[in-house]
Amino acid sequence: MQIRVSINGEKHEADVEPRLLLVHLIREVLRLTGTHIGCDTTHCGACTVLLDGRPVKSCTVFAVQARDREIMTVEGLEQNGKLHPLQEAFMAEHGLQCGYCTPGMLMTGYAFLAKHAAPSEDDIRHAISGNLCRCTGYVNIVKAFQAAAAQLKEGAA
Amino acid sequence: MALRTSPEVSGMGHAMKRKEDPRFIRGKGNYVDDLQLPGMLYLDIVRSPFAHAKITRIDSAKALAVPGVLAVITGETLAQYNLHWMPTLMSDTQMVLPVEKVMYQAQEVAAVLATSRYAAADGAAAVEVQYEALPVVVDPKKALEPGAPVLRTDKKDKKDNHIWHWEWGDRAATDRAIAEADVTVKQDIYIPRVHVASIETCGCVAHFDKVNEKLTVWMTTQAPHAIRTVFALVAGHVGLAEHKIRIISPDIGGGFGGKVPVYPGYVIAVAASVLTGKPVKWIEDRMENLQADSFARDYHISAEPGARKDGTLTALRIKTIADHGYTDAAANPSKFPAGLFHVCTGSYDLKAAHVEVDGVYTNKPPGGIAYRCSFRVTEAVHTIERMADLMAHELGMDPADFRLKNFVKPEQFPYKSALGWEYDSGNYAGALQKAMEQIGYAELKREQADKRARGDLMGIGISSFTEIVGAGPSKHFDILGLKMFDSCEIRIHPTGKAIARFGTKSQGQGHETTYAQILAEELGIPAKDIQIEEGDTDTAPYGLGTYASRSTPTAGAAAAVAARKIQDKARKIAAHLLEAAEGDLVWEPGKFSVKGAPDKSKTIQEIAFAAYTNHPQGMEAGLEAVSYYDPPNLTYPFGSYICVVDIDRGTGEVKVRRFVAIDDCGNIINPMIVQGQIHGGLTMGLAPALYEEISYDEIGNVQGGSFIDYLVPTAVETPKWETGHTVTPSPHHPLGAKGVGESATVGAPAAIANAVVDALWHLGVRHVDIPITPPKVWKLLRDHGVMAE
Repeated sequence: MQIRVSINGEKHEADVEPRLLLVHLIREVLRLTGTHIGCDTTHCGACTVLLDGRPVKSCTVFAVQARDREIMTVEGLEQNGKLHPLQEAFMAEHGLQCGYCTPGMLMTGYAFLAKHAAPSEDDIRHAISGNLCRCTGYVNIVKAFQAAAAQLKEGAA
Repeated sequence: MALRTSPEVSGMGHAMKRKEDPRFIRGKGNYVDDLQLPGMLYLDIVRSPFAHAKITRIDSAKALAVPGVLAVITGETLAQYNLHWMPTLMSDTQMVLPVEKVMYQAQEVAAVLATSRYAAADGAAAVEVQYEALPVVVDPKKALEPGAPVLRTDKKDKKDNHIWHWEWGDRAATDRAIAEADVTVKQDIYIPRVHVASIETCGCVAHFDKVNEKLTVWMTTQAPHAIRTVFALVAGHVGLAEHKIRIISPDIGGGFGGKVPVYPGYVIAVAASVLTGKPVKWIEDRMENLQADSFARDYHISAEPGARKDGTLTALRIKTIADHGYTDAAANPSKFPAGLFHVCTGSYDLKAAHVEVDGVYTNKPPGGIAYRCSFRVTEAVHTIERMADLMAHELGMDPADFRLKNFVKPEQFPYKSALGWEYDSGNYAGALQKAMEQIGYAELKREQADKRARGDLMGIGISSFTEIVGAGPSKHFDILGLKMFDSCEIRIHPTGKAIARFGTKSQGQGHETTYAQILAEELGIPAKDIQIEEGDTDTAPYGLGTYASRSTPTAGAAAAVAARKIQDKARKIAAHLLEAAEGDLVWEPGKFSVKGAPDKSKTIQEIAFAAYTNHPQGMEAGLEAVSYYDPPNLTYPFGSYICVVDIDRGTGEVKVRRFVAIDDCGNIINPMIVQGQIHGGLTMGLAPALYEEISYDEIGNVQGGSFIDYLVPTAVETPKWETGHTVTPSPHHPLGAKGVGESATVGAPAAIANAVVDALWHLGVRHVDIPITPPKVWKLLRDHGVMAE
């Protein structure tokens, strides 16, 4: 099937099998390997991307379902050489170790912070409950979300 | 430890931001599945639905008819090259692909090679295998009964399922001490199978270049150098020599011990690439990872300590049955089939101990690797810390007082334990007292008494663990004969920047940062100017890899030793440049100056330049050094953890309300990274304490084989960890440092279990096996008549 998608603002066309998973389109056809695969049951969230601004787990979405839609991946966070505050905060707060879950966490966080300007710790913990991290124990990820929220608020003011 | 360097240099003690993060937060890491080579083929594996069955037929016709499928590889294929079996790290044998029968559910049966990932999966689904079911042995105790089906029929003389018996300590003295004890308690403790479940699964890309006869394997391995040697030893007869094998361990998405073994998938991919001359990718999916990769623990322990009436612990006796699955593929030092389980006297000064372990075969995947733990230390700590609590309660003593009374005292170090270990340094009471202050122990005790009077279930649990990490001294430690040293090679460039390579391999621990900080501390070159590389066997010096919290104790020490060699040469060059005697030069990080004339000095950068442009006559040019560090002893990190739980009387749910962790890993290289290691380790301690278990039904069907039922904690279950530290340097490590990556995983489960039992003690509950799930607690509450309406 011939599909057109937009990914991080760039338009692409691809001829795909109807069963091709979105994560494989992103990683293997479009060669954006920042989006990772950690399970096949929608539990780990390593493959989280935004589809028309909403976080989805791209291991359980078909590529054809993204037809004519806007995909955003971790590679789209940095704009004009400037990192997103969430990326800066993950580095500053040591919110990552092996880095494998990080892109999924960042994409979940990007969508969450767009809607929640001043989230509580509990809000953040629930927001990332679909993203597993085996390294950090989540403490510093929560801190990174809080720091990024403060930064975004300041930027908006 | 006082800081010796500026933030600009960022030596030890600075919370330097990690050098690896800029690529990871941009999605620019290089994990093995990111690699795509021209003409690459894909491998998928057919797995057994049976736990024990004879294979009567494998029909590949339908699979070969799938478009894109090139070949179906079976045990018969590999048998032509004598590659259908391989040795394990414990010198047992393991099937790569079976020719006769399968021994566990999800075992590899055949492999399909195809031009795409999807075609390989289609092919695997189309392979038809006929099985003839055989009797299944799941329970290791039943496996030892006379008349149990003998599983390893491939071993001609094997008449039972017993693998080995191992014991350590003075049996007679221990028996005597326990017979003479005023008080003894005895408890069976089961520590179930768990899986590390790193978020990245295992996989590889194998590429055999037929022209140059060189095999390159990018693989998820924590020990690339040892793997290269193993490949050369196992496949030497088919022409793979060690200089023609290159193992590259790229960015690794978490290891925790699960990426130490050689799994059949790797070997099949290598064989397929050697046969086709094409790159072959094999990436397991999550269910394959959970169901077939090596497991940790599975220890059936019976423990019995003895004590005097005054609360003095006198002796400890432990018997254990170790379920290894169908082969002993543990990743232990060769000399210790039960790992370092005999550190089980823990933090306590007891005079007599004896431990025995029997390894057993069952119809399960190979077990006995680590779960973020240094060779069975979690099993040891869980046992002694549960028994310490049981004994304290039995004696009517507060568990904290009982521990304080029995701790090895600071003045006793170096301390020789009853089981022969020489603990390097410690201040156990210091850590426990700090934890008690930080959590408000006395106040919590009062709160608990009030709550108990009202019928609420609140528990306080302590775990005061001693770790044993940094394997290890060559006298006792080897894997397949390879001594467990580790290495560092440094080259200082003419402009004063540097590159250093190591025999270890980070899987998220931040080696690129911490190693650079060690070198910055020792040489005064800013850490940002030092590039760290690991994981490529063609470029890095030989080493045994990263697991068992060994990188800082071994390779970190090698970095310091190599840097000091460079400093020695730098002193000679500085003396030449300054026209001063070597003995008149004073070193501070980054610079030599003349004693009494501080304005006469040369920086390390100036010295590096001179090493290539103006070195003294008779001296070799360049500024390089290498160290293969053989540690004189292990390091013994320790800590005290206190956990507060509340138990829901309606659901049986255990909620960790607070958890204070005081750790001591000696001198700290990067406090931010150390704290991150503790946070992660605590979460991997919480996980098996309350959630995770891989179990099997009576016919060997795996339970917990996907993330649907293998419950890795999310941010919601994970408490907000409270951490702190004390600093007791290691006297033998060049930097006074100890390992830290696994302390929290080792120490945390006992604190949680002790808190749960403490909450239920007044009801008559004496022990609950982990994972302490709501159904288990709910049953206890019901049986004791305290279920909420």
